[in-house]
This record gives sequence, structure tokens and C-alpha cells, in this order.
Amino acid sequence: MEIFKKVKILDFVKYSKYGLILSIFLTIGAFVLLFTKGFTPGIDFAGGSAAQIRYEQNAPIEKVRHLLEANPQFKGVQVSEFGSKNEILVRIPYTQTSADGNLGSEITKLLESTGKFEIRKLDTVGPKVGNELKQKGILSLLLATLAIMIYVSFRYEWRFALAGIVALIHDVIITAASVIVFDIDLNLEVIAALLTLIGYSINDTIIVFDRIREKMLTQRTNNIEEVINDAISSTLSRTLLTSLTVFFVVLTLYLFGGEIIVGFSLPMLIGVVFGTYSSMFVAPKLAIIFGFDIQKYHAKEIKKAKKAQEKKQLRQMYEKGRV
Amino acid sequence: MKQILNPRLVIFILAIIFGVGLSLPSLFHIKGPQISLGLDLQGGLNLLLGVKTQEAIKSKYSSIASSINYEAKKSNILLDGIHSDSESVTFDLIDTDEASNLSDILNKLDGIKIESNNNHYIITLTPLEEETIKKNAISQAIGTIRNRLDQFGLAEPSVTQQGKEDILVQLPGIKTAEEEQRARDLISKSAHLQMMAVDEERNARVQTMTDLEAQKYGDVILPFANTAEGGEKILLKAVPILDGNMLTDAKVVYDQNHQPVVSFSLDSQGAKIFADFSGANVNKRMAIVLDGKVYSAPVIRERIGGGSGQISGGFSVEQASDLAIALRSGALLAPMQVLEKRSVGPSLGQDSIKASMIALASGFILVVGFMIVYYSMAGVIASVALIVNLFLIIAVMAIFGATLTLPGMAGIVLTVGMAVDANIIINERIREALKAGENIVRAVHLGYINASRAIFDSNITSLIASILLYAYGTGAIKGFAITTGIGIIASIITAIIGTQGFYQAILPKISKTKHLYFWFGINKKD
Repeated sequence: MEIFKKVKILDFVKYSKYGLILSIFLTIGAFVLLFTKGFTPGIDFAGGSAAQIRYEQNAPIEKVRHLLEANPQFKGVQVSEFGSKNEILVRIPYTQTSADGNLGSEITKLLESTGKFEIRKLDTVGPKVGNELKQKGILSLLLATLAIMIYVSFRYEWRFALAGIVALIHDVIITAASVIVFDIDLNLEVIAALLTLIGYSINDTIIVFDRIREKMLTQRTNNIEEVINDAISSTLSRTLLTSLTVFFVVLTLYLFGGEIIVGFSLPMLIGVVFGTYSSMFVAPKLAIIFGFDIQKYHAKEIKKAKKAQEKKQLRQMYEKGRV
Repeated sequence: MKQILNPRLVIFILAIIFGVGLSLPSLFHIKGPQISLGLDLQGGLNLLLGVKTQEAIKSKYSSIASSINYEAKKSNILLDGIHSDSESVTFDLIDTDEASNLSDILNKLDGIKIESNNNHYIITLTPLEEETIKKNAISQAIGTIRNRLDQFGLAEPSVTQQGKEDILVQLPGIKTAEEEQRARDLISKSAHLQMMAVDEERNARVQTMTDLEAQKYGDVILPFANTAEGGEKILLKAVPILDGNMLTDAKVVYDQNHQPVVSFSLDSQGAKIFADFSGANVNKRMAIVLDGKVYSAPVIRERIGGGSGQISGGFSVEQASDLAIALRSGALLAPMQVLEKRSVGPSLGQDSIKASMIALASGFILVVGFMIVYYSMAGVIASVALIVNLFLIIAVMAIFGATLTLPGMAGIVLTVGMAVDANIIINERIREALKAGENIVRAVHLGYINASRAIFDSNITSLIASILLYAYGTGAIKGFAITTGIGIIASIITAIIGTQGFYQAILPKISKTKHLYFWFGINKKD
């Protein structure tokens, strides 16, 4: 089966103008969301306890809330539905006693009258762990970005590396904002999704960059826009096919993985869309804006080739001289 | 025939044998290296404990104070106001003539700094010694917890150090709240046994005395274990007679009333101190203190030789046996604090496995179906590579004994999506070359050359990210990094090397074929 029978060269660079405007708009919106509303930190970061309770029948949320709120130990408790009508999530702010004591049996005792239930999951995280997590999370993010930057600079050109990283940050910021929009707690799964996105998004961008580099070396044109259009057009079938398969795989994860892993699957769905979009409409255009000069690139490549040639000749002469 | 077995195909076949062979034990639960399931998938209790290493330093000072006190008394050197806290041991020398004898005693102690000013002595630990004590406290705690859990009879508990001062304890198979409570008590019990003298002169006033006042007399007020808070208290000399590290054995025995009590034995040094003290203090009381609570304070009737004693406290048989385990496996040098506690019920674990299996299977079927419809035979080849890829992930994880967690499952699902990318890039490149009019042999060759560069670059960047995540991430992030990292390497082996080897082997057969649609899903002329 074929969908793309012929490579039609589309003017991606022209559309990138609008793409860039849209991206700036979205990024600013995302920043506003991040700084005004902000994340709702889950217990992984804020500390506290979360109990996932499943009833045999519909969960009596109101009653549970009432019973727990009446007890001073559960001050500030939040009770919400979790995935299905049978299951609820109880969140309790951190206290040292909840870490040392036996929260499970206390909840069981308090809720005994509400019907038959089972505590399926009970997590308690201290504030120290949350802080450590924050530091480690930020550190690993920074290091990963830096390492990618170095590698791409080494393999391509620093303006490409910078463009790739800016596009990457754009994807991550927008996806992070979507976490706020969908009202998902910031927990480890969300972090895992954002980290995966980094890998995925840079992947996509590199495939496009690789084509641009190839076209620059094979086609002796000095029009960078032409090269970019040609490169994105010829990778278009691959980009769409891969993005769609990844999208569907993540979609099945979202549909069947359920509430347990929604913190991972939902941001990933958004991230795949933006990762694909930015590698076509944002990253290449940015490289031009950052002042990538194809003539200089060609000159450099010719110089490199010359040097290699000279070396080769020198070696040949040397070998001949010795023999 | 020579061309059929090319090096790439050999690598591919080896990868298949290796992957399938070594993942069978995990898939069918037969003997061999197995992948272990994380607690989020099999249910159980996950505890992150912080070791309060400062307390280990404090107790070291307390034991230094004990031994100075004992040695000084033995040599008839009069000391006054001996006091220890978390920073130093201080005392005054009354017998100034004995200064040289005292320094003999002090010089026998290792790792300390001695400052003296007008016969006021301040003993502090050297920074090196402090560091050693902290390190010992953690490694000893890990050993002790492991020991206790082994004797408790739990299946495969895992106790590992995490970070600098934390300990991660994983207990699969803990189901009920009672089991959890019992295991946690066992883990966190310091089991710090001390024998302390009762301050008989002032004990009568203990109910009205404040802690500060007691401190002034060099005493400490401790509660009895079997009474509620604010109940019976007793005034004890702050410097203990002896410390639990002289304990050699502890077991459950029954007293004359058939109540379970814990009997313990002391080593020779402990026995000697015990005997000397009891000999000199007949008709006075001596308290048996465990983790800051007084269990009994019997009156000494006679000198107790032999170095053994009993702790009674109205225990149940279970409590007595847990206490004996805790004492026998040694005291924790530092108390611990629960930093994080995660428990997953077995039903949730099963649901998680089911959900991720469904996601994995449906994602996989979707991808394979799509590849075959879109690329025909080339899609079949790619699908085989994909399956081998999955087996390889399982096999490598099994060999290294890595743990499969829920985020790890997500990582595998994602790897399926990413590995397909490599195959799509290759096939698209082959198609391009075919459309440009190259013959099949050259088209396949060009396809791999052109695709490999891009795949290599993109995989290396992902791999760099995975390695960094593994190195700096915790728990969930680590699990995710492991599966994606292995998946990326496996994908390079199967997609770039493996499938190319396969093409090389069958190329002689298809080089002249007119059925381009059958092999690569395209019509050349359009």
C-alpha cells in the first residue's frame, strides 16, 4: 500500500511563519498557566498520603468525606472519584504521625460503616523525599538537555543544536501546561512522560535535520529555504507514519491503561502531536532565524573535503617516498 | 550458498536465540534467569527509611562516657559531672594528682580529641571518626534489617542503600495491615538495650521533677514500657552501666508463671561489668531499658555472675519472639525514620499487569498490522525484528535481574512505537531509491546507508537521555530509563543490523523479481 506516491515539495518555510506565531502564542499562554495556576503537586512532590480505595458497590463519597473530615488526624483531607464509580482517591496532607503510624488500619476502622471496601494502594511520602525528587528531576532534565545540545552541535552545527533545543523546550512547556489544563497531579508519571517526550521530540527533529544536511551536501543550491522544503517534504511520509503509530500506541495506553497511568499517557498524547509539529514547522525555521548561513556551511564543507584530500595526497606521497 | 550466511544475519540469528532462549524462563516461570516484577505489579510494601546518623554519634558519646566512668571508678579516679550529648563528653577531674592515670585511660580510646582546661575535660570525636560512625551506622542498619527480615520468614525481601543516608526496603507479599505493622515494627525497632542504675536518693521526687532538673543531677527520667503516657516514671543515672553492643544472644524462655520473657547473654566484658556492678550495688535497683523505655527495675539481691539476664514485660509470644530476633540481630546504631511508604494491594498489581498487557498487545497488533498492510513482505520482516526486539528486552532485563515496574511497562510500549520508526525510515528510503529507478540490490543498500545515519543519530541522543535518567533519576524514572535504554540498543541490533542481514541473504532471490508490490508494497510505474 502507498499513501504518498510522489514526493510533492510543499512550502513548509512559508507556513513556518504562521507556525512560529502560533508557537509563540501557545508558549506564552503555557508560561502564563505555569506561573499563575501552576501545577497541583501530587504526593510525590508535596509529601502526604494517598489511599486508593475500591468499594464493592458505588463508593459513598459524601459519607467518606464526612467521616474523615470529622477526625482531626485527617485535617485537610480530599476525597475524589478515581476512574470508576467504585473507586475513590483519598489525599491527606503530610504529618509525621501518618508516616510512622499505621494509616491503613486507621482508615479501615473509620470507614468500617460505609460498606465493604479494599485499600488497593496506600502511599505516604515525606517532604524530604519530595525535595530530593525535585532537585534530581531538574538536574537530570538539565543534564539531558545539555548532553543533547553537545551531541547535536558536534554532528550538525551549533545553530541547529540551538534550534532543536528551543523547539524541544517549546514542546515540553506546552505539554507541561496541558497537564495543568487536564487537572492531572504532578507526580512521577508526568515526569516520565516529559522525559520521554524529550527523547521523542529530539528524535523527530534529528531525522529532519539529517535530511537537510544530506540535501545541502548533494544539491549544490545556496537557497536554504528550498533545501528545507525539500527535506521536510521527502521525510513527510516517514514523519506522519511514525507519529501516527506512536500516537496510536500511546492512545491504546491511554484507553486501556486507565487511571493508573493517565499521568503518563495523556501528556504523551499531547507531546507526540507537538513534537511532530515543531520538528516540521518550528525547528528548521529557527535555524534560519538564528542565522544559519548555507554559503558558509558549503565553504566549510569544501574546506574540510580539501583538507582530507590534501592529507590523503600527502600520505600517498609519503608512502611512495618510503617505498 | 556462501552468501546466505552473512555476518549481519549471524548476529540476527544469535540475537533471536539469545532473546527467545533467555526470556522463556521469565515468560513461563521455568528455571533460569527471571525478570522480577516491581512491587507496583505484584503488590507489597515499599519503605524508604532515613537513618538518623546524628543519633549514632550521640550514642557513641554516651558509650564513651560509660566506659570512662567505669574505668575511672575501677582505678579510683574521682570524676564529677560526667555528661554526654550529641557533640561531646564533658567531665571534671577532682583528683588532680590522677591526671596522668586518667590520660592513660583516655589514650586507650580511639578516634577522639581530648581538650582539658583547669581539669575540665572535653572529649570530641575526630571528623574522620564521625564519618566512619555514620557510614557504619548505615551499613550496619542494612545488615541488621536484612538479618531480621530473614528470620521473620518473608519471601525475598530486598534491603538496599539509596542515596547517602537512606535505606530502601521492599517487601513483596505483605497483604494485611497487621502483617505490615509487624514487619515495620521489626524493621524500625532500634533494639538498643541498656542497663542503668536507679538514682535511689532522688527517685522519690521523680513525679514532680522536670527533665532539666534531672539533667542537672546527671540523671534522666524514663517511662515504664507497660504504662500509658504520663504514667509511672523512674529516675536513672544518665550514664548507662552497659550498652547493648555487649549482647551475644537473646531467646524466648518462659518464666515461673509460664509467661514468655526474653533472656539474653552478655559477652565476657559485659558479663564482668555486670558482675562488678551488681556486686557493688546489692539491694539497689537496676533498670533494664530498651529503646528508651524501662521494662523492669528489679532489686539486686546478690552479685550476678555468668552475664545473663531477662526482660519481662507482659509480652505475647509473638512480641517476645520479635524482640528476641531484634536483639539477636543487633541494635541499630541509629534510629530510623520512615520517609516514604508505598503499599500496593495484590489486586491492584494484577489490574496493572492486565492493563499494560492489553495496551502492549493492542499497540503491538496495531503496529504489526499496519506495517504488513503498508509494506507487505518488508513489513513482515520489520515485524519479526520488532518481536525479537521485545524478547531481547525481556532477556537482558532477566540477565541483569532488573525489576519490571509499571513505568517500565510504559517504556516497553513506547519502545515498540520507537523501534517501528527505524523500520519505517529504512523502508521509506528503499522505496525512494526504487522509485528513483535503482535496482533492488542497490535500493536496499542505499536505503540502509541513508537510513542508518539518521537512526544512529536519533538513537544515540535518546540513549544519552536514558543513561542520564538512569543515573540521576529515582524509582519510577529509573525503571522507565532501563527499559527504554535496553530497547534502543536492541532496536539498533534488530532493525539496522538484523533486517539488513536478512535482506542480504534473500537478495539473490528477489533481485530480479517483478513483484515489487509483494516485496515492498509499491508499484514502480505510476
